[in-house]
Amino acid sequence: MEQILITLAAVLATAAPLIFATMGETISERAGVVNLSLDGSMLLAAMAGFAVARVSGSLALGFAAAALVGCLVALILGVLSLSLGQSQTAVGFVLALLCTDLSSFLGTPYVRKPGPAVPHAPLPGLSDIPILGPLLFSHDMLIYASFLLLPTVWWFLYHTRAGLVLRALGERPQTAYARGVPVIRLRYLYLLIGGALVGIAGAAYSLDLKQGWSYRHTFGTGWIALAIVIFGGWHPWRVAIGCYLFAALQSLASRSQSVLPSIPTQVFQVAPFVLMIVVLALINLLASPGTAHRLATLPKPLRRPAERFVGWLATPAPAALGQPFQRP
Amino acid sequence: MEVSVHNLTKTFGTLRANDRISLHFAGGQIHGVLGENGAGKSTLMKLLSGFLRPDGGEILLDSTPVALGEPGAALRAGVGMVHQEPLDVPGFSALENLLCAAPRWALPTRIEARNTLIVLAGRLGFSIAPDDPISALTVGQRQQLEIIRLLACGARTLILDEPTTGISAAQARSLFAALRRLAAEGNTVLFVSHKLDEVAAICNTVSVLRAGQVVGEGQVPMPQPQERLLNMMFGGGADHTNPVETPRRGVSTTTNPVETPRRGVSTTVPAWQIEGISARDGNMVLAGLDLSIPAGAVVGLAGLEGSGQQILLRLLCGQLRPSAGQLRLAGVDMAGATSATFRQGGVEYLPADRLVKGLVGPLTLAEHFALLQPGGAIINRHGAEVKARAAITGYNIKATPDSPILSLSGGNQQRAMLAMIPDNTRALVCEQPTRGLDVASARAIWGRLMARRDAGCAVVFATADLDEILDYSDYVLVFFAGRVSQMLPRAELSAYRLAELIGGVGFDAVNGRAKANPQ
Amino acid sequence: MIAHDQATPTISEGHTRRSALLIAALALVGALIFTSLVLLSSNVPPLAAYNLIFLGTFSTPTRISDMVMLASPLLLCSCGLTLTFAAGLYNLGIEGQMALGAVAAMIPLRLLPNLPPPLLWVLAFACGAAGGAMWALLVAGLRIRLQVNEIFAGLGLNFLASGIALYLVLGPWRRIGRASSSGTEPLPTDVWLPTFGTLRVAPAAPVIALIILVLIWFAVTRTRWGLELRAVGLNPQAAGRMGIPATRRLAESLAACGALAGIAGAIQVLAVFHQLIPSISSGIGLLALLVVLLIQANPAWVLPIAAAFAIFTTGSLQMSVALGADSSIAGVLQGALVLFALLARGLSGRR
Repeated sequence: MEQILITLAAVLATAAPLIFATMGETISERAGVVNLSLDGSMLLAAMAGFAVARVSGSLALGFAAAALVGCLVALILGVLSLSLGQSQTAVGFVLALLCTDLSSFLGTPYVRKPGPAVPHAPLPGLSDIPILGPLLFSHDMLIYASFLLLPTVWWFLYHTRAGLVLRALGERPQTAYARGVPVIRLRYLYLLIGGALVGIAGAAYSLDLKQGWSYRHTFGTGWIALAIVIFGGWHPWRVAIGCYLFAALQSLASRSQSVLPSIPTQVFQVAPFVLMIVVLALINLLASPGTAHRLATLPKPLRRPAERFVGWLATPAPAALGQPFQRP
Repeated sequence: MEVSVHNLTKTFGTLRANDRISLHFAGGQIHGVLGENGAGKSTLMKLLSGFLRPDGGEILLDSTPVALGEPGAALRAGVGMVHQEPLDVPGFSALENLLCAAPRWALPTRIEARNTLIVLAGRLGFSIAPDDPISALTVGQRQQLEIIRLLACGARTLILDEPTTGISAAQARSLFAALRRLAAEGNTVLFVSHKLDEVAAICNTVSVLRAGQVVGEGQVPMPQPQERLLNMMFGGGADHTNPVETPRRGVSTTTNPVETPRRGVSTTVPAWQIEGISARDGNMVLAGLDLSIPAGAVVGLAGLEGSGQQILLRLLCGQLRPSAGQLRLAGVDMAGATSATFRQGGVEYLPADRLVKGLVGPLTLAEHFALLQPGGAIINRHGAEVKARAAITGYNIKATPDSPILSLSGGNQQRAMLAMIPDNTRALVCEQPTRGLDVASARAIWGRLMARRDAGCAVVFATADLDEILDYSDYVLVFFAGRVSQMLPRAELSAYRLAELIGGVGFDAVNGRAKANPQ
Repeated sequence: MIAHDQATPTISEGHTRRSALLIAALALVGALIFTSLVLLSSNVPPLAAYNLIFLGTFSTPTRISDMVMLASPLLLCSCGLTLTFAAGLYNLGIEGQMALGAVAAMIPLRLLPNLPPPLLWVLAFACGAAGGAMWALLVAGLRIRLQVNEIFAGLGLNFLASGIALYLVLGPWRRIGRASSSGTEPLPTDVWLPTFGTLRVAPAAPVIALIILVLIWFAVTRTRWGLELRAVGLNPQAAGRMGIPATRRLAESLAACGALAGIAGAIQVLAVFHQLIPSISSGIGLLALLVVLLIQANPAWVLPIAAAFAIFTTGSLQMSVALGADSSIAGVLQGALVLFALLARGLSGRR
């Protein structure tokens, strides 16, 4: 039991960077802007955060630097695509590659160097509660922040006026424009907020979970984050489920390593990504029109709940995602 | 709230959409704005609601000049517009749509917004539940929601653009009741329409626009005789009651128009035969249509844009599949056929959005002809250039074979599209063949279309220009408010009668069985 | 899924020569300034670094051979991407197509090792092309049937392909006796593509790449098929109206790109690594994407830019030894070039 709790707690912890990244990307994409540079900006932010924290000795400065880097990359994406009309996909992709190489190059002095780490911070009193204690309350501030981020983003999107406007930006910006909303300006804002969160996600690796800096430190997590946002239907809770699922797969992989020592580590590193993609493909298959036809042939009592389930799974993208906004 | 415009002007390129318009709309009344398609009504309303900025003149609200730079500013100034296709957010509920971007002072909390919605809906006789998703509401209900929203956000002038397009008769009645109520409470309502009976039913005054200008002395109080309004809208002449004498450009004047035999009309199979067709395109549904379009004839589709003509055009060229009924092309049943099959069967489609659906902008004229070459893996540059040059001289296109299509003017693009039609085409489906063209280009295009018709090709076209319908059609189909007329021979139709029909007067006499309805 | 945005790079038509050169100049200047700043911030002398990046390749014949062996698959992939960009697609799945082509090329090499080498080469290339094409058709199928955006289908399939390669290298095709995760059993030397003298360069590779380049240039500029591809990429609705089977052309362009990527993968196996390794595609596919984004899929510029990028990458490999800096600075320069080109295009009002 103890072991299971520890494992589960580890899953919750390792998912934290993904939570930050996917929440940031969800905000950005719900507002209509896709930030394909995630993988690169996470790496660059991780490197920058580590470097600043190491040099200054301050974790806060490190995280701030990481958030700033994430913001800057998002700003470049915004200027080139929102203001200068270049394709969000092209710019995002180039930035992903550029930032990856920048992080490798600028980060060389910091490879395998020690640096500060977020200290373990079990909450007094709460961490002694029988099951929930070790599970939820024996982490560090960053993990707690990820726990809090989730409901915050959900609350913001679905229970505030600003969140309503944000969602309109991604679904039908023409309506928002007709109601006096400054569409481009708000898209910039949410893109930058998303970028900052992505930056923090990067630092979450180099200053907490995978302490230090090395080549390709975050190992492709940025691409998976993009996939998880789609898998989660752009809805915070479902995206979070995707994050935790992926972290669980990673945990499973490392467990299997000890069970099957003959298979080298790389397989277990890559397996969660592969499995995640398979899951995504299955979801898409379920959501396709072909399935709708097959479902229609099911017997009555099964049909409604099946259709409802598939409908829940198959949330379409925000209608205006990736499209430049033209004044009507 | 009083709304006035002085010398309001808006130009798009060479087109004067609004030309020195001066009108005064008093508060507490419903003002009708009449005009046919392209008269400038939409432009005027967009200027008043902040979607466009005027090039000249001014707008005054309660005697104060205002500069409405963007829609938000207009709403803050108290002017709100309800579009034909209401601007809302599809994934939201009614309440969320109400709240989205609404000012805090108007709807401070969600609870209050919910109350406001319920209260206003009740007062205006609308039936909308706050938690209904927008996708479950009809167009009429979405309109009602827009009106509620605008009122809740402080609009004292409401502009409604063809509001009864796409709503049921019952919803129209409750809309009118609501509008009368709003006017009685001191709001100003601008009611843009082309339907004479409705304008007669609720408007206190009416202004008629034609070709961007106000007709006659400007605003006149209702009631007015229908004939006078029709004259103002369409510009009548003394001979408008006599159908046969209206000159037709497509027919030689020496023969009796009714009896001129058209090559291939009675001796060949009809170009299209439609039986009991039902089809849906987005919000509109066309049901129970029976039609037989003869070869070698020009059929004009008249009526307000968006009354169902588009569905018929798309059916005829295979872009829309009917959900019921049968369509035969030259006798061949086209069940399950794609638009490619229609094309092989000799149907060509000329869209109104030339650069969006018709031509590939960055490619050159010669490259288009190269694409249309029948065979060969290698591009026959020489052959394509020869064809392009032939088209340039034959159709008088101002371009060179290497000009990218998007550098051509609209008229030349249309000529190019026509030039690309293969010779063995047996049917042409044209959306607005002369939209945006100057008179000379329009005449040239029609000369070509008439030549095709004489060679046995059937031409079906929709247009906003009544004169075009009158000048070139052999038969006319009128679409009005969810109904489609029978196929009316042009020879039996005068300009005046056509205008009446488009405005809905005396439609029952010519009503076919088909219906075009929003769903 | 993500709605396809309109600004896909396509073969530019009405560009005036002068403005295109101006944009190129701006891009170059901007990228150089940016890269220099990055170098300075790491205390690496820019001039020495550029000396390596631009001229380092030419310092020894070995390096020139390495450059040629990098440029060949890069050229092949760039040619393939020219086709997909013409059709309006972002084929980010090219890495996976290359990897799977390499895997497929290994099949005849392992199954029929006793055939005469020339026959094996033909088989390997054919299988490589088939494997890559098949992988690309998966992307096409996902896009056409399931409306999955080709970007995500491609990225996902990249992961899958690398997983397959890894599995094969560490599983069924692993080296007997040695617990090595670095690659399969090296191929017998007589199966290697013949080299030039003592150098590592196999002339077959650049020859194949150049032949393909000419073919692609011809296809894009001279054949009906190429013109139809461009029409589909520029305006699929109008192309359909004019009788072009749009979805078929999309699938064909993806298949062709996959085939070329597969041939590149076969070259990697036969002539570069002489074995299958987990990262057989070595990021060449992504680099090719950068190439094509930079030149807006204009076939005339594929060779110079691909060669230039290969020169940069090869030259920078000496960075760590010569200047103590990471070789990824070449990637920084390449990425910066594309970024500033996008900036210049945006500023000039071009999409």
